Amino acid sequence: MTSGESVTVHASDRKRPHRLAAILRSQMRNIAPFLTLICLFAFFSAASPSFATLDNLGNILTQISVTGIIAVGLTFVILCAEIDLSIAAIANVTGIAVAYFTLQESYVNIANVPMPGWAAILLALALCALLGLVNAFGLTVIGIPSFIMTLAMMQIAAGISALLVRGQIAYKVPPLVSTLGSTSIGGIPWIVIVAALMLLGGHLVLTYTRFGRYVYMVGGNREAAEYSGLNVKLILGSVMVISAVCAGIGGMLGVAHFGSAQQNEFDTYLLDSIAAVVVGGTSLFGGRGGIGNTIVGLFVLGVLNNGLDHVNIDSFLKILIRGLILLAALIINVYAQRLRERTAE
Amino acid sequence: MPSGHQPILELNDITKTFGGVEALRGVDFALSPGEIHGLVGENGAGKSTLMKIIAGVHADFSGRLKLDGRETRFRSVRDAHAAGIAMVHQELSVAPDLSVAENVFLGNQPTNRLGFVQWRRMAREAGEQLKRFGIDVDPMSRLGDLPIGLQQLIEIARVLFSGARIIILDEPTSALSPPEVERLFATLKRLREEGTSIVFISHFIEDILRVSDVVTVFRNGRKVAEAKAAETSKSALIEAMIGKGREALEETYTHDIMLPSPAEKPVVLNASGLSLARSLRDVSFDVRAGEVLGIYGFMGCGQLELARILFGKLRPDQGTLAVAGNQKTFRSTADARRAGIAFVPESRRDMLFHQEPVYKNISISVLDRISSLLLKPSREREIATRQVDQLRIRPAAVELDLGMLSGGNQQKVALAKWLSYPPRLLVLCEPTRGMDVGAKNDVIHIVRDLGAKGLAIIVLSTEPETVLSLADRVLVLKRGAVVREFSNERISKDRLLEAA
Repeated sequence: MTSGESVTVHASDRKRPHRLAAILRSQMRNIAPFLTLICLFAFFSAASPSFATLDNLGNILTQISVTGIIAVGLTFVILCAEIDLSIAAIANVTGIAVAYFTLQESYVNIANVPMPGWAAILLALALCALLGLVNAFGLTVIGIPSFIMTLAMMQIAAGISALLVRGQIAYKVPPLVSTLGSTSIGGIPWIVIVAALMLLGGHLVLTYTRFGRYVYMVGGNREAAEYSGLNVKLILGSVMVISAVCAGIGGMLGVAHFGSAQQNEFDTYLLDSIAAVVVGGTSLFGGRGGIGNTIVGLFVLGVLNNGLDHVNIDSFLKILIRGLILLAALIINVYAQRLRERTAE
Repeated sequence: MPSGHQPILELNDITKTFGGVEALRGVDFALSPGEIHGLVGENGAGKSTLMKIIAGVHADFSGRLKLDGRETRFRSVRDAHAAGIAMVHQELSVAPDLSVAENVFLGNQPTNRLGFVQWRRMAREAGEQLKRFGIDVDPMSRLGDLPIGLQQLIEIARVLFSGARIIILDEPTSALSPPEVERLFATLKRLREEGTSIVFISHFIEDILRVSDVVTVFRNGRKVAEAKAAETSKSALIEAMIGKGREALEETYTHDIMLPSPAEKPVVLNASGLSLARSLRDVSFDVRAGEVLGIYGFMGCGQLELARILFGKLRPDQGTLAVAGNQKTFRSTADARRAGIAFVPESRRDMLFHQEPVYKNISISVLDRISSLLLKPSREREIATRQVDQLRIRPAAVELDLGMLSGGNQQKVALAKWLSYPPRLLVLCEPTRGMDVGAKNDVIHIVRDLGAKGLAIIVLSTEPETVLSLADRVLVLKRGAVVREFSNERISKDRLLEAA
């Protein structure tokens, strides 16, 4: 453009909406889940005297721990705008594997392979890492969309579980797993501590490491990440492995927590983990959100599940209510993304 | 033939802005029944924008549009379609996985009373239509299996035989072979006899002169000339397109420029025999340290593919790349970056993170140089601040989200991200596209400085000015092959356009 009338348009020249409104809009993704949590908490506190007690708070924490451990890895995956549907099945097979390599009581009719505790744990971890690698290979090398690839993996992991236990139930796990999964220290369950540490670790990696930055950048604009010379496939592959290993750890501790290892034990954890990440405000389109959001999402789900048990309503209606609240959170997630895009343009 | 009739379509005082930049300023345009109207102008002159207004793509503009003497306004492509206006866009928009017949009838397949598609009738009619157009293909074959030129012809055929009264063709010949062009022209002339009005946009001025009755020239969003095709010439049109005596800031490149003789510097990159499917044929060249190599060609000449091969985004079918004498196979863009190659694509959207602050955009390509495991945000900001100062990025606030910057400043950020640790070779696609004069000059200075510091630079552009203002040596790419090299000789915009 040549003539004098067109000059560079600086951002400062543009009309800008009220600063506060702009900040509120851009933070909508973080504010909305938090408001949801406060509303739910206020509602259940008013509806039931047994809800807002220290004891019950401990219950909620314990109830969300396994989901929390699994959701750490899933947060990485969703930040990259991918999905992992195999997490619950990988959790299940890892829990079963660690029991499979542990000496069971004589009445357990499983042809298992007893090993020292440390070896059982290492083998179980290796199994979930391997399954994660297969996911990574399918996604990045072959180019199968993660939705389909992990759907297949869900079935594969369930198949391995079935072959290992053959319809039976195992009870024993290595002492370390059993301690972390089912005992407390100073009144605080170990599983809560492990979940808290893993969430903290995930947060530190995402916020303070180069890898974490790459995860956000790949999720924010994959094309731009590639044109910036990042190895996008390596990053995507890594998050699939991280997701599988987190699921595996959640599965081992879960088995100890529940006191048994059997088929289909973790089925509900798939939806719960995805819901926790998304309800917390991490964008399904990638690049926005983080562990902080996941923690809020975990509490929203935890308070909802726990609170519904404290109020006197039809237990069949609870399922519907859960669904409706998840839908509301998803709608907010999508709107927050749009608002954000509009502010950025 | 143009007749004394009332124009079928008349536009008055059309102005259209995109994000504060005027793409069209007070343009008048009239189309007579049974007329072929040629449009010429450089990239960004406003031709396509005007046509998209007529075709209902841009509904938001100021000015008046009259069809058959009645003022009207199209809210959508569908509206314009219903009024008998159809357009073939520059970019191929076909459904490659559907059959030829389905593509011809896309959106209005013949159905029987129950709503089932009449496949046999559709195939027969599609076959007949295409044969009238001189295309003999099996109507049931998958479109994507056909050569790209044929696909383009079929897309054109679809529009030509849609029964529209006004047909707009935007660069229809870029992927066509000479005989295919002949066939297209014969059909256009026949449609004209039948009373259809046609607008024909092309960079190939000979084509425009051969087929049009009237030619209109656009420059910088304004209509600058209109003439009967029989009464004008290629050189007159090029002159009107380029313009004489433009504002002082902008070089016009109408005069000759002397390209320097190549210096005896080491070769940084050697490309040899690069071929890629239908895009590139046996492209070979060298780039030396401190040299700016310009690669010029019309849209679709294979530049985009060539650039992506150099940065490891595409793998060539044949040919090799050597960086500083060592043969390299890039398995990813990360490989290319590690070999010292930097890349700025033609679209800023593909290069930048709009929701992230400026400093993260600048540091992303050099993060592994400034941090191993943990990030060092203060170092990132320091590097970014230095680049923002050096490239005069405004506003000079590294914390601002990139999306808040103007287009020209975003383009500078796209360059800045590679410069904190200078690469060996910088590959720039359309480095000044869509920029205002001030930002354009800034970028030209930056690139020239980098060349002077010993970087090898490749500039690929469809804009002659960009190439002429930057390059020490110029290759002209045409339909995927190098057709001319300008080195150590006189060059001007006319000569460049002639060669392409």
